[in-house]
Parts: sequence; structure tokens; C-alpha cells
Amino acid sequence: MSSGSDDLKDLYQEVVLEHSKRPRNFRVVEGANREAAGHNPLCGDQLSVTLKLEGDVIRDIGFQGQGCAISRASASLMTGAVKDKSKAEAEALFELVHKLVTEGPESVDMEALGKMAVLSGVSEFPARVKCASLAWHTMRAALEGRDEAVSTE
Amino acid sequence: MSAFDVQRVREDFPILRQEVRGRPLVYLDSAATAQKPQAVIDAIVRFYQHDNANVHRGVHVLSERATEAYEGARETVREFINARDAREIVFVRGTTEAINLVAQTYGRKNVGPGDEVLITHMEHHANIVPWRMLCEQTGATLRVIPVDDRGELVLDAVDALLTEKTRILAVTHVSNALGTVNPVKELTRKAHAKGIPVLVDGAQSVTHFPVDVRELGCDFYAFSGHKMFGPTGIGVLYGRLERLESMPPYQGGGDMILSVTMEKITYNRVPHRFEAGTPNLEGAVGLAAAIRYLRGLGMDAIAEHDRALMAYGTQVLESVPGLRLVGTAREKAGVLSFMLEDIHPHDVGTILDREGICIRTGHHCAQPVMQHFKVPATARASLALYNTREDVDALVRGLHKVREVFG
Repeated sequence: MSSGSDDLKDLYQEVVLEHSKRPRNFRVVEGANREAAGHNPLCGDQLSVTLKLEGDVIRDIGFQGQGCAISRASASLMTGAVKDKSKAEAEALFELVHKLVTEGPESVDMEALGKMAVLSGVSEFPARVKCASLAWHTMRAALEGRDEAVSTE
Repeated sequence: MSAFDVQRVREDFPILRQEVRGRPLVYLDSAATAQKPQAVIDAIVRFYQHDNANVHRGVHVLSERATEAYEGARETVREFINARDAREIVFVRGTTEAINLVAQTYGRKNVGPGDEVLITHMEHHANIVPWRMLCEQTGATLRVIPVDDRGELVLDAVDALLTEKTRILAVTHVSNALGTVNPVKELTRKAHAKGIPVLVDGAQSVTHFPVDVRELGCDFYAFSGHKMFGPTGIGVLYGRLERLESMPPYQGGGDMILSVTMEKITYNRVPHRFEAGTPNLEGAVGLAAAIRYLRGLGMDAIAEHDRALMAYGTQVLESVPGLRLVGTAREKAGVLSFMLEDIHPHDVGTILDREGICIRTGHHCAQPVMQHFKVPATARASLALYNTREDVDALVRGLHKVREVFG
């Protein structure tokens, strides 16, 4: 078992901190045809996802809102990861990310995760799983055209 | 014990003797739930080992003992808050149930369309939602006393908000999110001058300073066992006898009735009228033990310890670069709520946890007051009688570590 300090380094990897401070695609997508809002009632985090779906492909995606470092970094990385991907590919990536943050890096194909692999430390922090997955749940709601707010509860 | 000796007090709490995450436990989350002294744990064990039986029913010796313990606990609570009569003490599950009871009995009977219920902007959800629900059920309107930037009630607004339409004023004694101590005696005086009853939410106050319901003059006072070093699932609704006697029953069931036929039910006297079903016996016994423990230490000595530790905590936290206290009322008790630069409180909480320090992060079930301060959440260190300056120093060291991680 790693010490508390090592766990922290795994959680707050530099890439995570960097994305949290300067999130990518922190904007409302122009001409978006899908959007959804998500919130985590436990901590009050709120974010919205807008995206432009062309046929089956996510041509553009952005997010806005407030949250902790983990939720902001996860949202920022997500927008980069699913852009120009098909709905099915985005869904598959979500499944992988979910497995990663709940079950740990041993349980998934890290290569398939790409940059999302930097969230591997989250699995040591059960209280933070919802932070990491909020943006993904919201993205999926947008893809499915559900307009009710997504909640992590 | 003549003077308050915090090191000796700590020895009474077995849970504090452990290490977590490889470090000595620093517990700064007592506003969420407080730890239990050995005396409370022993009282519950003793009850189960010797006295357990149902109350008010059996003809046998164990039932007699259990009844004596349960009704004895009621008397212990009465003394603790200086109620006139043990019949004014209703055992409930906690503060939340106490407030729901008043809303659904007193409220349903006395509040109608066009009436108003007055609360404050710093209430936690337990003292908002039951009133909101009552308003939806009756067509009444919820009015709110505003809060200023220090986190104090805007008292100038109170007179205008207490109108001939106001049916009840419900106010917290101490804010769980800000630590503000409200002038409930003055508020009660103002409300009573207009014939309006007052409910005080004492969930965060009874552990920090002496509470005397007769001196406050309030009509109802609600608090929970688990926040005052007793068990969970037990709490108290104090109600002035004439108020309680005028209220219809709450939940129906055994023990709240005198006789039942299929045609007619005669309800029991107060407080039993409000205690349907088998009560939380071991909870009441544990709560009484917690009260005896607090009285043994002395509520004045506890209040002095709290004041000194709050002053020290405020001073050292303000010295942390980038830290902003949320809630700077002149009268505060037990709670230090803060933001650290633009680092989200959740991240602060996780990093402190890795240092063995337990704090609360979030909106503390008080979302409206978070919205007032324009923050989604705060980090909250809450203090209790077993906390020391060393605990506060550990918190400050932890906050420096947070700043390090976030560079």
C-alpha cells in the first residue's frame, strides 16, 4: 500500500493540475445542437456540456461551470478525448474511464485510455469518483438528448 | 475537575487514540457528528447487558427498569435545558424530526393560505425544507430574514418581516456553516410582542454553551443527540407545555394512544402523544449519559474552552496566505468555515484527509447561505471540547501542504 503522500501525487498529477488551472474547451460551443447540465449535490459542483453532433460524430464539444480540480481536469481532458469521435467511441471511452476510476488502473487497458489515464489515481479516493465522472455523465446525457439535469446522486 | 483540562478530556474519547493514514487522528468535524466519550458507550452497553426491555408496557422488572431509565433520561434533558416540566421534553430521532413534527402538527393546524412562515437565510436544510413543504401544503408563504456580509442576521429587517400574517419564526441558534451565534432571546422577544411563536434550532448550540429555554423564552427548541456526544437516532423537541398540549398528534401507533376502538381513538397525554411506537431506549439512555458527562465538565468551562480555541483558530487561520474566512460574525461558536485561494474545498479536504485531518467540505446542507456568499462550498473545521491548539496547528500545517500540492 502506498503512503498518503504518494497517493496524493497520483491523484494530483501535473497534467491534472494543469488542466484544472487552464481547462481546454472551457466555452459554449457555437452552433451546438446538444447540451446537458450536470451537478453533484454532495459538493455543489455544477457544469454544462454543449456539443455539435454531425451525423454520428462529435465535431465540437465544450464545457462550463464550477468544480474541484478533479472535475475540471476530467471535463477538460474529456473534451479533448471525444472530439471527432463517434458516439459509440465516446461511450466506449466513458466505460473505460468509469472502470479506471472505480476499479483502478490494473482493471483496464491503459493504452486505450490515452490521456485519460492520468485519472488513474482517483481509484484510491472513493470520495472523488463522482468528481471525475460528472463531466462524462453529462456528456452522455447530451448525446442521448436527455434534457433533465444529470445528478451524481 | 476544577479547571478544564483538555488532555484529560481527550482520554475520555477512545476514538481519538488512533492513527489514520499513518498519522495521529485530528478530528475537526464535530459539527457533522461528535465523538462519544467512554461514559456514553458504557451506558449503552450497560443498558443492553442489564436493563433492556420495552417501556410503559411490561409488568416485569426489566420493563420497570427500562421505563425508569427512559423517563429518567427525560428528566435529565429537562434539567439540562432548564425546562419547567419533563412533559415538555419529546424524544424524537433528531433535530430534523423535531422540526418536521412542529411543522406538521402546530404548522398544519395554525398555518393557512396567505399566512407567512419566517426563517433566516442561514438555516440548514432541516430548518428550511419542512417549512417549505408546509407552505406548499397550506398555501402559505416562506419569508426570509437576510444575512449580511459578516454572516450576521440583518436585525433591522426583522420588525418589518414579523407581520400580522406571520404564524411562526424558525431560527437557528448557531449556524452550522458560518458559526454565527444568533440573538435568539432578542428575536423571541420581538416575535412574542406580536404574538408569534418561535422555534429555535439548537443542533449546533447545546454543546458549546449553556442553554436555558426559559431564559430564551422560545416556544420550541430542537437538538440532536449525536452532535452532543450522544448516540445517533435520538434527539429532543422541547415545547412549552401549553403549546404541545394544543397540538394534534404527529405519527400514529402504539403508546401515543390511551384507547383504540375501530370507531374512536383517545390520544395519550404529552409527551407520549408524540412518541408513537417503541422509542429509541438505548438512545435516550446514551443521551442522558452524554448530558451527565457535559454537566460533569461544566457548560461554562466548555464555553470558555470553545471561546479560547475559536479565538486562537481564527487568528492562526487568518495568518495562512490566501485564506478567507466565510462568516466573521462578532459572536461565533465552534465553526471555522473558509476558502483557500481558488482551490476548491473538495481538494482541500482530500489533501487534509491524507494528513489524518478530518474536516467537512461542501455546502453543509445550507445551500442558500453558500449562494449568499457566492461560493459553491466551503472547507469547514468544527471544534469540540476535545480539540486542542495542536489540532488547529495541524490544520494550518495541512493547509500549507495544500498550497504546496497546488503550487
